[in-house]
Amino acid sequence: MASHLFCGRVNLNILREAARKDLREFLDKCSGSKAIVWDEYLTGPFGLIAQYSLLKEHEVEKMFTLKGGRIPSAAVKNIVFFVRPRLELMDIIAENVASEDKLKPREFHILFVPRRSLLCEQRLKEKGVLNSFTNIDEYILDLIPYDGDLLSMESESSFRECYLENDQTSLYHAAKGLMTLQALYGTIPQIFGKGECARHVANMMLRMKREFAGSHTQILPVFDTLLLLDRNVDLLTPLATQLTYEGLIDEIYGITNGYVKLPPEKFAQKKQGEGGKDLPTEPKKLQLNSAEELYAEIRDKNFNAVGAALSKKAKIISAAFEERHNAKTVGEIKQFVSQLPHMQAARGSLANHTSIAELIKDITISEDFFDSLTVEQEFMTGVDTDKVSTYIEDCIAQKDPLIKILRLVCMQSVCNNGLKQKVLDYYKKEILQTYGYKHILTLKNLEKVGLLKPQSTMRNNYPTIRKTLKLWMEDANEQNPNDISYVYSGYAPLSVRLTQVLARPGWRSIEEVLKILPGPHFEERQQVPTGLHKKLLRCCRSRRGPL
Amino acid sequence: MAFVTANWNPLGESFYRKIELYEMGWNLKDGLRDCLVAAAPYGGPIALLKAHNRRSPSARPQLEIFSSSGLPLASFPWKSGMVKQLGWTVSDDLLCVQEDGTVLVYDLLGGFKRHFSMGNEVSQSQVLETKIFHSPYGTGVAILTGALRFTLATNIDDIKLRRLPEVPGLQGAPSCWAVLTQDRQSKVLVASGPHLFILDNTACTPVTPPGLSPQASSIVHMCVSFSYKYLALLTDSGHVWMGTSNLKEKLSEVDTKIKGSPKQMAWCRRPKSQQPSAVVMWDGLLLVVGECKETIQYHLEDDSILVPELDGVRIISGTHHELLQEVPGACEEIFKIASMAPGALLLEAHKEYEKESQKADEYLREIKEQSLLSEAVRQCVEAAGHEHEPETQKTLLRAASFGKCFLSNFPPEQFVSMCKDLRVLNAVRDYTVGIPLSHTQFKQMTLQVLIDRLVYRKLYLLAIEVCRYLKTPEYQGVSRVLKHWACYKVQQKEESDEVIAKAVSVKLADAAGISYSEIATKAYESGRTELAIKLLEFEPRSGEQVPLLLKMKKSPLALSKAIESGDTDLVYTVVMYLKNELNRGDFFMMLRNQPVALSLYKQFCKHQEQETLKDLFNQDDDHEELGNFYVKASYKEQRLEARIAHLQSAVDEYYKAKNEFSAKTTEDEMRLLRFQRKLEEEKDEQLVGFSLQDTMTTLLSVGLHKHAEQLYKDFRMPDKRFWWLKLKALAEKEDWEELEKFSKSKKSPIGYLPFVEVCIKHHNKCEARKYVAKVSPEQKVKAHLAVGDVEGAAEAAIERRNESEISTVLSRCSATTDHLLVERLNRAKATVPKK
Repeated sequence: MASHLFCGRVNLNILREAARKDLREFLDKCSGSKAIVWDEYLTGPFGLIAQYSLLKEHEVEKMFTLKGGRIPSAAVKNIVFFVRPRLELMDIIAENVASEDKLKPREFHILFVPRRSLLCEQRLKEKGVLNSFTNIDEYILDLIPYDGDLLSMESESSFRECYLENDQTSLYHAAKGLMTLQALYGTIPQIFGKGECARHVANMMLRMKREFAGSHTQILPVFDTLLLLDRNVDLLTPLATQLTYEGLIDEIYGITNGYVKLPPEKFAQKKQGEGGKDLPTEPKKLQLNSAEELYAEIRDKNFNAVGAALSKKAKIISAAFEERHNAKTVGEIKQFVSQLPHMQAARGSLANHTSIAELIKDITISEDFFDSLTVEQEFMTGVDTDKVSTYIEDCIAQKDPLIKILRLVCMQSVCNNGLKQKVLDYYKKEILQTYGYKHILTLKNLEKVGLLKPQSTMRNNYPTIRKTLKLWMEDANEQNPNDISYVYSGYAPLSVRLTQVLARPGWRSIEEVLKILPGPHFEERQQVPTGLHKKLLRCCRSRRGPL
Repeated sequence: MAFVTANWNPLGESFYRKIELYEMGWNLKDGLRDCLVAAAPYGGPIALLKAHNRRSPSARPQLEIFSSSGLPLASFPWKSGMVKQLGWTVSDDLLCVQEDGTVLVYDLLGGFKRHFSMGNEVSQSQVLETKIFHSPYGTGVAILTGALRFTLATNIDDIKLRRLPEVPGLQGAPSCWAVLTQDRQSKVLVASGPHLFILDNTACTPVTPPGLSPQASSIVHMCVSFSYKYLALLTDSGHVWMGTSNLKEKLSEVDTKIKGSPKQMAWCRRPKSQQPSAVVMWDGLLLVVGECKETIQYHLEDDSILVPELDGVRIISGTHHELLQEVPGACEEIFKIASMAPGALLLEAHKEYEKESQKADEYLREIKEQSLLSEAVRQCVEAAGHEHEPETQKTLLRAASFGKCFLSNFPPEQFVSMCKDLRVLNAVRDYTVGIPLSHTQFKQMTLQVLIDRLVYRKLYLLAIEVCRYLKTPEYQGVSRVLKHWACYKVQQKEESDEVIAKAVSVKLADAAGISYSEIATKAYESGRTELAIKLLEFEPRSGEQVPLLLKMKKSPLALSKAIESGDTDLVYTVVMYLKNELNRGDFFMMLRNQPVALSLYKQFCKHQEQETLKDLFNQDDDHEELGNFYVKASYKEQRLEARIAHLQSAVDEYYKAKNEFSAKTTEDEMRLLRFQRKLEEEKDEQLVGFSLQDTMTTLLSVGLHKHAEQLYKDFRMPDKRFWWLKLKALAEKEDWEELEKFSKSKKSPIGYLPFVEVCIKHHNKCEARKYVAKVSPEQKVKAHLAVGDVEGAAEAAIERRNESEISTVLSRCSATTDHLLVERLNRAKATVPKK
């Protein structure tokens, strides 16, 4: 079920299991049958930790979505609220509790995710319902194992909170999550970072380390380095259109909590004789992670290399099926049969991804897509970033989706280290007249977070960054990449470059660029418990092997 | 080693021994006579209240507390009421039960902690007798009142008084009674003459002990074993009946041949005892009774008391402190005269070895031949644990160690941990510490509790040494002790804040997991706020600092600590607290100095208190944000006038903020809204709220070209966009005539390819063709192809001699039908000059 978490270099299933254990313990605390009332936002992230079957094993019989009024009737002993600590949600809960049938009271519990909040409890108290709860607990869900090599907080609004609203709650959670990670995988000896938020997280971690001091069990560190990067150090990368297979799925259909919803037509079961009588109307929901062999293989390929990979795979699979003709002896047939389920799964997976690839291709071959990409690449290479782009103008005139326009304008601004006031005002006016005056606040917000800005007197330093970090590679090899620039067919993500340089030869070689990028850069060392230190050295030595 | 068995006495199958623990360090004039005495189990402290019966108010009795070795811990004159009973709690607190039912609680060093009452009923009818008992729920108090009723509290830390039912036919005080713990409930067993009753919460049940000697006419004494499992009854005929405390089974009955009320009776059992046995004490005589007819008699010179323990009975007299117990199995095996048990042989072998005699080998061989060497080692190790004398312990451990040499793969843990345990036990048994803990008791009470006990006695150094020696994890060992030390330290009034803070920080500096806030709370409680603040500085967990700081009314500090922690919930908590505590002006001022708190509070207001948000912006003269605020507010208004009024306010603010662009754009919006409303009224078209673009599209689609034109001019819309807009709107309407007119109105700023493409998009090839000719040469090929005119495209491409365009056209030709064309194109391609 969680096989995708084993495949990376670190077994992230430990983290998932720890999270599942906590969940079970809480559920068992509310003894008897129960219904969960969900803060809808949480269902996605929870899906990465536990399926419904786990809940069912612990007597969860019903699930509802949190909304005002009365909770639907259900013959259960307990009502458990799974919520984020938000005041507006507390008001809804209070309403729920207040309108509960007084004759047949059920027991109430709250599980705050990821952390209890005094503020929320205070609110419940003000509403006079705090005492109605048998259990008030927190479920610490900070870093969620997303895939074999990826942990995510699944917190989509943290950029907005940190940079627009000055609310650094998510950073606190990040620091807490990293502490949990260290509790399970050992103290991370080196921390590097760049940016204000990164500094803040590192400070909190060092502080928390003192708090937890002594309670840590001795674990040999699994991670040797932690690199913390602020999003605003690299605003360019998320603005550019992703060109890997997975990236394009996300660009076009959006991947949330590991799932994508696709138009159903392409996935209709083609049964002979029925001729596609009733096409499914529900979107096709697919889980995307490395547990699926084929997907693991192609997800990070440039889309232009996916076709070849798929057809190669198709050949292998059909060859495997052909094997049956060679199977002569009973033993051979038996062996063939034993492989059948695996082969059938592979064939199903191939069919799915072929369909998805076709869907994507329809879009990538369009002139629109091509034009837009061309402009992006011009910006990234520094062509005409200082004047109004005719392409953007035309797109506005045609009232293309606003998000597309904003991405392009912001990208131009980032690649030009701000736009000339005249250019900026022109774009803004165009956008307001076309998409409506209400977006004046949208634009102001973009300016506040620095995605859009007027050019200061300073010269444009983006070219310096681009050249020093080799952000643009002319000859990106999409089929057999030897450099990360293949993911954007030329552009190498800034954050990846920073990581590469850090690994070798070290940041000292790019002091100049680091000074240009916003926020401080820093390095911290955490002491590994004595005793482990020697072990660690021994490990390193043996890893190097005999010379 | 004959001397080991010197103090052994046989009783039936087993032996009993009396070990001297201490010669008492106290100097009591009259011994224990006329004293109320209470000694805590597990080698705990002893409390003495002299002459408590003297009722004259002038003579104040002295309450004294001693260690088990008789060293004074505390002493003070008793000033409160008449004390009926003393007793100790599980956490070494002294309980003094007064006649009126008030219970006073003191710590082990004589510090008053608190008092509580056993209820009105008790204080009215006065206390007749009291028993203090321990159960899994803590320490309890049971009281027999003057009205012959029982009142019970099972746990003095969470007092729930229970009044037990009446005992039928009870005329005077019962002859004896005891508290039992059964079925997770505390019950009282009462003897009234020959009758026995069990009292629980609801009922009084008469019971009969099975097989009680018929000669008995009344039960004069009773006692319950340490584990509450067994019960012993002494009858007036001098018989001791022993059985299970549920009165279902009789274990034995022995005639002591002594009639007369004893002073005390106690069980003398140990876990894995071979026989049930009890100790009965009369004046000058101590009797051990077991299963057999015989008894062991000891002569007592002095008034003594019995203290039942888990594995024996301690006997405290005015001069001595002894332990009476059944000799543990391992010790018996080894030391019994002529024992051939493996352990005994091993001990002998080792002795010979030390003498460098070859007999050592003979003994060893004997054990090894029976392959009992590992058993022998185990026996020696176990016996060492039960021996009190360090010399004997060493002898046994050396023998064990010697035996181990001849064993491969013998797990060393038992030996090692026994050595360590004994070292700790010998240290706490030391006369100066005075905790005569046996190994069995130590294992039962756990190291944690022992550390606590040392801490209660303020033996911090010893406690820390023990933790370090046993390698207890820091946060539950050394750190915990240090915390207690610090809590004690901060209450020392004679030292200055600086000195204490420094001393604490120096000692605790590198200890892990110290809760400084707990220490600070202690300091605050003893009235030293400044010291508390100094100590809080060391607390790494801001979450812990903040509540105390708030309690001490140090809100600015609390706020900065909350911010430092990064825990936004904590910041919110302080902010909300401040909001209620301070007046608005001060509150805002404080926020102003703390940007993190301010922005969090703004977030809060954004969702909860819009008006406050405005006040905040006003205070900061943040006109830009005020402008934004009004813009947002305008969208909440239904009525257009209100909406425009808000926008006007926004405009004013934007001007104040010197944001020309926002001000102008907002004015434009107001203008647009007015225009839309006017037109709505005139033409009955839904327009208000549309963007300029959408408004014009709508106008064009209903044919209001003039009005659209006016907007285009008024709002200085760029030509290009206007052309695009009009082109699309007209095509949408399929107003081809108007479109053609428009195309000719002046030179198109967007060229004519869009005309072609838009027409095609609306499936009008015919119209599209009209514009192909007007398309600029660079886009001609594209235009021709758009309308499907391959030949035209070819023509244009060849004319422009552009290789890539030729290729594009070629890709659109089919080899069969456009044979000639393909040829021409290929030829043209060949002639294109290569760059």
